[in-house]
Amino acid sequence: MDYRSPLAKVRGLGSAKSGTSHWWMQRVTAVALIPLSFWLIIFLDLSVHAPYQEMIAWLASPLNTLGMVAWILAVFYHSALGLQVVIEDYIAAEGIKIIAVWTVNLSFLLLALAALIAVFRILLIG
Amino acid sequence: MAEFTLPKNSVLTEGKSFKAPTGTKNTRRFEVYRWDPDTNENPRIDSYELDMDTCGPMVLDAILKIKNEIDSTLTFRRSCREGVCGSCAMTVNGKNTLACIKAIDSYPDTIKIFPLPHLSVVKDLVPDMTHFYAQYASIKPWIETQTPAPADTERLQSKEDREKLDGLYECVMCACCSTSCPSYWWNGDRYLGPAVLLQAYRWLVDSRDENTGERLDELEDPFKLYRCHTIMNCTDTCPKGLNPAKAIAETKKLLVQRKLG
Repeated sequence: MDYRSPLAKVRGLGSAKSGTSHWWMQRVTAVALIPLSFWLIIFLDLSVHAPYQEMIAWLASPLNTLGMVAWILAVFYHSALGLQVVIEDYIAAEGIKIIAVWTVNLSFLLLALAALIAVFRILLIG
Repeated sequence: MAEFTLPKNSVLTEGKSFKAPTGTKNTRRFEVYRWDPDTNENPRIDSYELDMDTCGPMVLDAILKIKNEIDSTLTFRRSCREGVCGSCAMTVNGKNTLACIKAIDSYPDTIKIFPLPHLSVVKDLVPDMTHFYAQYASIKPWIETQTPAPADTERLQSKEDREKLDGLYECVMCACCSTSCPSYWWNGDRYLGPAVLLQAYRWLVDSRDENTGERLDELEDPFKLYRCHTIMNCTDTCPKGLNPAKAIAETKKLLVQRKLG
């Protein structure tokens, strides 16, 4: 038998007093990804059609390097934020939820690092 | 975990069928969810054919006709019969609404009536609103001030400030919106839901209230507020034509505003 009052259950552990940054950064990265995704179309088009050396030269121009790095940071940050929300929505079991959120965040961190390293390896080694 | 199938004891069965009296020409078929906690039976769908020539125009009139003339065991809440008490909220043909202000003629054929989704059923069309009301109480839906009230007048409010409450004060807490929200279905234990968040916003924008910051503190939570993913079922279903989704969006804007200035 649960003798806690309905209000006690609702108030629970109280407000986390956070969540705004998470929500806001999801919007900021989403907006950033609009122009960056158009830039990515050019990149993808070139990477399929241009010869290797020409592609490297294109990527090595400061603006395009910036575009690549910005896209990587924005897309992986946005994905991690979004997937965390999906997990919180659908997984109620506290333990599995925490493990899943950790796994997602660490995976995207590793993917972002791997992508950044790949960019600089290409630029430095050719 | 979100549940996508009904538990065994909630699976619907076919119930009794009541034909219209012989000689009636203008009939309409109503299928109504029935569940009696005193028996061990699964919920069932009873169907009633009603004579529309002797029935009032609203869905609630049909339900009352069933209770008065055919089956007095049919259980439901109703009071004002004009959309201001919020008692007769139910799901009619798959959409939450107030039975008393929804015309029978706005539906083409058979009318299917269910209790509000994803709340425990007390009996038939009566859902358990305990948690919903506790959530409402948790946002302190009353004015909070440090300044004492003026000795011989009410607390004044400009016309412009009063207008900010339009579209909010009309909410009758029928729970149509909250129970139409998938986020509320999956996380209703912690997510406050559109109805309660609209009420919370009603106090956030009340120019006479002096506790806006504390109210925002209480709302700023990944679950209480940020489970709203702008699905918009709330605004779509509101029988009073209000916009809870906008109230939630405005609340999020206030939170960003105080963070970023």
